Amino acid sequence: MAKSDLVLDPPSTPLPGPSAVPVAEKQRIFVASQWQLMWWRFRKHRVAVASGVVVIGFYLVVLGADFLAYADPNASEAQRSLMPPQRVYLLDGWAFRPHVYAVKGARDPQTFKRVYQTDPSQRIYLRFFAEGFEYRFLGLIPTSRHLIGVEPGFDASRTLFLLGTDVQGRDLWSRLMFATRISLTIGLFGVTVSLVLGVVLGGLSGFYGGAADTLIQRVIEILRSIPTIPLWMGLAAALPRDWSILQVYLAITIIISLLGWTELARVVRGRFLALREEDFVVSARLVGCTQMRTIFVHMVPSFMSHIIAATTLALPAMIISETALSFLGLGLRPPAISWGVLLQQAQNVQTVALSPWLMIPAIPVIIVVMAFNFLGDGLRDAADPYGR
Amino acid sequence: MLAYIGRRVLLAIFTVWAISVLSFVIIQLPPGDYVTSYIAQMASTGSVVTEQEAENLRIQYGLGQPIYVQYYKWMALITQGNFGMSMEWRRPVTEVIGERLWLTVVVSVAALILTWVLALPIGIYSAVRQYSVGDYAATFVGFIGLAVPNFLLALVLLYLGFVFFNAHIGGLFSLEFQDAPWSWARAWDLLKHLPIPALILGLAGTAQQIRIMRANLLDELRKPYVVTARSKGLTEATVILKYPVRVALNPFASTIGYTLPYIVSGSIIVSLVLGLPTVGPLLLKALIAQDMFLAGTIVLLLGVMTVIGTLISDILLVWIDPRIRLENT
Repeated sequence: MAKSDLVLDPPSTPLPGPSAVPVAEKQRIFVASQWQLMWWRFRKHRVAVASGVVVIGFYLVVLGADFLAYADPNASEAQRSLMPPQRVYLLDGWAFRPHVYAVKGARDPQTFKRVYQTDPSQRIYLRFFAEGFEYRFLGLIPTSRHLIGVEPGFDASRTLFLLGTDVQGRDLWSRLMFATRISLTIGLFGVTVSLVLGVVLGGLSGFYGGAADTLIQRVIEILRSIPTIPLWMGLAAALPRDWSILQVYLAITIIISLLGWTELARVVRGRFLALREEDFVVSARLVGCTQMRTIFVHMVPSFMSHIIAATTLALPAMIISETALSFLGLGLRPPAISWGVLLQQAQNVQTVALSPWLMIPAIPVIIVVMAFNFLGDGLRDAADPYGR
Repeated sequence: MLAYIGRRVLLAIFTVWAISVLSFVIIQLPPGDYVTSYIAQMASTGSVVTEQEAENLRIQYGLGQPIYVQYYKWMALITQGNFGMSMEWRRPVTEVIGERLWLTVVVSVAALILTWVLALPIGIYSAVRQYSVGDYAATFVGFIGLAVPNFLLALVLLYLGFVFFNAHIGGLFSLEFQDAPWSWARAWDLLKHLPIPALILGLAGTAQQIRIMRANLLDELRKPYVVTARSKGLTEATVILKYPVRVALNPFASTIGYTLPYIVSGSIIVSLVLGLPTVGPLLLKALIAQDMFLAGTIVLLLGVMTVIGTLISDILLVWIDPRIRLENT
């Protein structure tokens, strides 16, 4: 701890005994950078840290969706319609050899529904890093390895149904992986657009005050008193039917963020108002910094952490909005896959009652939204490490 | 106080104007104009629109003229109570919407009331018995309420109701009352069906309000005046309810303005899942069929209702808490 000895005005020599530790601790705090203080503060919030790990995990799924999937998410097959999730048996005798039983489909002669029966005599063993369909890992490296697969000689997309299949017989597990990619990135893009709008408008509002402030504040109040879902629905429904997936994706992002920037603008404005009269800002102005320099070199870095926290808290709303719109059939449209698109199949009770696994895509929605909320809470507390 | 209310009313008028412009944009967005689609629609069912009729309609809606003239003509018609024709139903929009709008209001207001009735006592309890089992339970339910989108909650409840009770918990009326004229029996039937949709819609708001109430009350409970009140020998209930709760109520109440738009918004999508006879399913159908006058009118009316509701709650708030008058004037 040579560094801590350099601290000005150490409270005399460290006393022997129990109080020595707190003094060393204090000295460590004196020399720590702001980001380090925030990290220490954040670390104390256990739930937030755990949530952060969950969020990172989900974004890893975004990166490696095709590696985690084992079947082509759009390969439909009427013969495999609405198959229930398969049970995975971990042990074969006493050896750890995960396997599933082969499934046979037939049509019930009375109800004409497809029924499926497992055939315990035919075991299909699972393999890790197995061969499957070809893709480019991270969009770069061509490969055909997948995390899960079946033993050679079998085709994973015909034998493995970890979470069952949907009405068109597409594998739900693989679709869920690709849906995670779309749903989570649409949230990121949406929040970026909101962030730009929020920082610019909130900044104008807080830095200049006066007429600009009044105008922007009234606009925010008006936007916040309008029910958003009907408006989104109206705007989303007007998107031309012949647009490509990418165009619809971008348009939905913009529609969602057009109404979602208000909270971020409020936070930014509050920070600007608080900082405007601070000594370091006044002195920056007095030594002749341009306005741009004052704002971006001196003010913005000091509330960067607040922006990050507010952004994290804004993300779940974006994700829910996209899910809601796609669920209604007004957001992303098949063949695009998102959580909302998957949940669209679970819209009516009859289907859900017979095939409850179609509701599985709701689980990641809930987990991600909760994780972002806890993470945002923790970040918000940590953003101001000098507070109580 | 009058100045405050005056400013609120002014803002409400601006908001209504903004909503009307947005609704007009929604009506205008799909390609083609109203009269052309109307003629095509009529032709597809074998009826013929004469050239004269079409011309009259074009003049009525100012088609072919600048966009602001069209907006002005549309607004002028609306102020006369003419919201246009629904293309799909071939009836005036007002007739198609009918009582659905009022049922939307009933559901939303019920959710709002439920939010308050639940959040207030639970919030107080959570603060007074901080870190008790009940507090943790409330916090947990609160987080669930915030994290689970209400339409998913509706879906799950519907599924559970179906599997465990073999009952359909959706809808607002029993079968025999679905198309019956209004009567006390029908109103009672509506009341019996209200709690579930109201709970689903209100849960997120309730969760948020509990957190606000708890945080505010905790701040107040630490203040010296509470100690003074206690040392004077007041009963615990009087100490808490008479002073800190009243102070903590203010930030709690001021969020009501943002709760209503949120609930109305949610009611659209929850209605679809639960099959409620509100404007929600109608709006979706209208949008998919590009029945734009119907869709635009629903967006407009929903917006206006929300603004009026928020305005009323704002005014009630000033009436309850005099400090707001002083802060804002």
